[in-house]
Amino acid sequence: MPKVSMTVNGKAVSANVDARTLLVQFLREDLRLTGTHVGCDTSQCGCCVVHVDGKAIKSCTVLALTLEGANVTTIEGLAQDGKLHPMQEAFRENHALQCGFCTPGMIMTSVDIVNRKGNTLDEQTIRHELEGNLCRCTGYHNIVKAVAAGAEAMAK
Amino acid sequence: MSATGIGAAVRRKEDLRFITGRGQYTDDINRPGQAYAYFLRSPHAHAEIKSIDTRDARAADGVLAILTGDDIAADKVGGLICGWMIHSKDGSAMKAGAHPALAQGKVRYVGDHVAVVIAETLAQARDASEKIKVDYKVLPAVVDMNDAVKKGAPVIHEVSGNNTVYNWHLGDKAAADAAFAKAKHVTKLDIVNNRLVPNAMEPRAAVGDYEPGTESFTLYTTSQNPHVARLVLSAFIGIAPEHKLRVIAPDVGGGFGSKIFIYAEETVCVWAAKKVGRPVKWTADRSESFLSDAHGRDHVTHAELALDEGGKITGLRVNTKANLGAYLSTFSSSVPTYLYAPLLSGQYDIPAIYAEVDGIYTNTTPVDAYRGAGRPEATFVVERLVEVAARETGVDPAQFRLKNFVRSFPHQTPVIMAYDTGNYQAALEKALKMADYRGLARRKALSARAGKLRGIGFSAYIEACGIAPSAAVGSLGAGVGLWESAEVRVNPIGTVEVLTGSHSHGQGHETTFAQLVSDRLGIPIDNVSIVHGDTDKVQMGMGTYGSRSGAVGMSAIFKALDKVIAKGKKVAAYCLEASENDIDFKDGKFSVKGTDRNLDFGSVALQAYIAHKFNGQDLEPGLKEGAFWDPTNFTFPAGVHICEVEVDPETGITRIDRWTAVDDFGRVINPMIVEGQVHGGIGQGVGQALLEGVHYNKDGQLVTASFNDYCMPRADDLPSYNVGMTQTPCPSNPLGIKGCGEAGAIAAPPAVINAITDALGHEDVPMPATPLNVWRAAQKAVAKKAAE
Ligand code: FES
Ligand code: FES
Repeated sequence: MPKVSMTVNGKAVSANVDARTLLVQFLREDLRLTGTHVGCDTSQCGCCVVHVDGKAIKSCTVLALTLEGANVTTIEGLAQDGKLHPMQEAFRENHALQCGFCTPGMIMTSVDIVNRKGNTLDEQTIRHELEGNLCRCTGYHNIVKAVAAGAEAMAK
Repeated sequence: MSATGIGAAVRRKEDLRFITGRGQYTDDINRPGQAYAYFLRSPHAHAEIKSIDTRDARAADGVLAILTGDDIAADKVGGLICGWMIHSKDGSAMKAGAHPALAQGKVRYVGDHVAVVIAETLAQARDASEKIKVDYKVLPAVVDMNDAVKKGAPVIHEVSGNNTVYNWHLGDKAAADAAFAKAKHVTKLDIVNNRLVPNAMEPRAAVGDYEPGTESFTLYTTSQNPHVARLVLSAFIGIAPEHKLRVIAPDVGGGFGSKIFIYAEETVCVWAAKKVGRPVKWTADRSESFLSDAHGRDHVTHAELALDEGGKITGLRVNTKANLGAYLSTFSSSVPTYLYAPLLSGQYDIPAIYAEVDGIYTNTTPVDAYRGAGRPEATFVVERLVEVAARETGVDPAQFRLKNFVRSFPHQTPVIMAYDTGNYQAALEKALKMADYRGLARRKALSARAGKLRGIGFSAYIEACGIAPSAAVGSLGAGVGLWESAEVRVNPIGTVEVLTGSHSHGQGHETTFAQLVSDRLGIPIDNVSIVHGDTDKVQMGMGTYGSRSGAVGMSAIFKALDKVIAKGKKVAAYCLEASENDIDFKDGKFSVKGTDRNLDFGSVALQAYIAHKFNGQDLEPGLKEGAFWDPTNFTFPAGVHICEVEVDPETGITRIDRWTAVDDFGRVINPMIVEGQVHGGIGQGVGQALLEGVHYNKDGQLVTASFNDYCMPRADDLPSYNVGMTQTPCPSNPLGIKGCGEAGAIAAPPAVINAITDALGHEDVPMPATPLNVWRAAQKAVAKKAAE
């Protein structure tokens, strides 16, 4: 089995993997980072979103082997020095999660939205940008509020 | 109200683990030495299995075992059950065909379980499954209910020759017919309630484990009710007696009903774990969820409403065909019967109601409870009829409802239910204000100027929750009682664990239940933890569905807390050398009436365990109490939702411009969480109304079997919601709670369709009201207008 090396949440990792291993499988099964979830098999739900080299991607849609040398951040790596990321805080403060299954992907996507679109986001932009992430529990109302609040907090 | 007590919008205790990726869902659990299961599923909707040749597959890399229906029969593992007996009009028992966990001789829907491959890795199991040769004799399939009951239709189960499971009825036919004979106006509607896939974001999963040293099984699974799963797997399917079977439902990523049921996959995983001597794990991929999670709704209904000359409703007649799929799922038989027809009175005073329901087998995935379960279907019938009746008689739809609302309580409907309390006009009036109903004409004119059609739709729903009084459901055919249990364990330093049979899969019980305890015992909320989802920890439970965790689950906790306080008073009386009758408990302190002598809760807990101050023969040491709560009535949440849409007649695109919800859930423990439940329910209801719908082709292939083909509501499909409340506390439980989990999903579909049909000049439109369906209706409306 070929070997792959990358940095995940600041730590160097490497493993021999079956060539068909997806990044999400590598994270969940080899590294036991189970915060990244799998909600579908058609790249539609966004439960699996992580950051690769600073950009949000669906980890169910990329082979681990193609990410040699990449820098990956998962939900487990978002809080720094024991302090929650402002977007994590905003999700809790605004009750933007219920079952929590979509939440890691939602938060990783939301941080990416702010990185790309800035800290002042209107409702329409947020709703449009969240298109790739499904949530079955919240009806999105509080997620939209949380993203706006988290975006502002990230400016501080 | 304290900052963490009843009524406070406390931020959720469970969130920390979810926002940091530390939740523990079933697929996150890995047992040492675990193997993986992959199910070979039927590609045919209806076929005889002539033979299964597994030789090549068995020889494939990594394969540990391949098991089929023959193996499960040889081990005398029982079939899956349906736990609610329905009797037909003629008194005969429903005709339920056998439901083996692995097919025996026949498959009845695409996705039916033919064999399971267990291998070292999932990839190996999947690869090996492709080497299994199944010789099928394909039989004609039937997916449409009208076709299924025709003479000469393919027979799905021998016991039910005309594919009819029951012809059931409720109400007084003669009284209803008499009302129609005298009616001044009759409104008639044909309604299709579209089939849906629940699609909790976490797919179902199971890990079965067997410990030979103690001959005991453990099943980790995505369940809303682990104790019910254990009961069924033990008493009916016969995996192991209950004391040798532990079921753990850890964090569960949404349920919406679909995780109530006991399915083939978890049954097979736990059985196979012993067979192969290894833990066995299975996780559905989304395509499997579409094929094998119980679907929801799927009714075809003809309904009629009778009015007198004053516009008062005098009678209702409903005839429904309910698609039950290819097998009866765990509670499927009750959904279109006792969870449906008893709600047909809506919020209205209707003297005569008669409903007939035929439950029908088809070669499709089994259908069972999905958020609301029967009550959304009933509400859709009632609220569409009422809206159309108002329009036909030229009465404002709000006024029409006000005229016909139930005004005095208790109110006995002609269809079983006794509404205990409510104030329906208050909710409607509040909603009209919040929605700026007065400004509607102006907004309609503005839309018209922009070439758009604006419409408004009401939905005054009612539901029966707090499921349910055991004696009542027993008399209606339920195989179980629907109480809940709780245990409150106080530790010597005064912290508290509450063990509950309710299960949280998004509802936030770790917070709301702790609020109750904090409030009643006067201790910090951080000193309370809620334990659920493990049959070895929690003694008993009936689980979470039917908006029952607050009304029933919390009532059990309330009762156990009563006992803790009573015992605490005894302990305090000894310690303070006073009579028990002179001890008061308030704000976390036990005190002697009329004195300043007192002990705080933690000190009493400590004394209860130290037990130096009292003789253990007179008063047992310890502070731990349990209780069961069996409700005396259903609860009746009700409210009014108003949807306002703007339709583009050129494209058929519907935009929801504003949403107003006013709900009466009785007493509210945490308004933030309750509003969240309303938001989520509306989201699913709007999904049903505008986007979602299952489609089978005539051969029984599921065409909508992925998120590419089945349209789930996304953030940019939904509006923000304006949510308000009224409160009439429920009289049948100590907290006055009615339940809020399903309201949005029940209320929303008729509000949306009423709004669109209002925009389209009353032209009917089917669900889902996709742009194509709306465009077609708009074209008809335009043509009609031109002809006038
Ligand atoms: S798992 Fe659904 S998009 Fe990746
Ligand atoms: S919180 Fe459950 S899917 Fe989003």
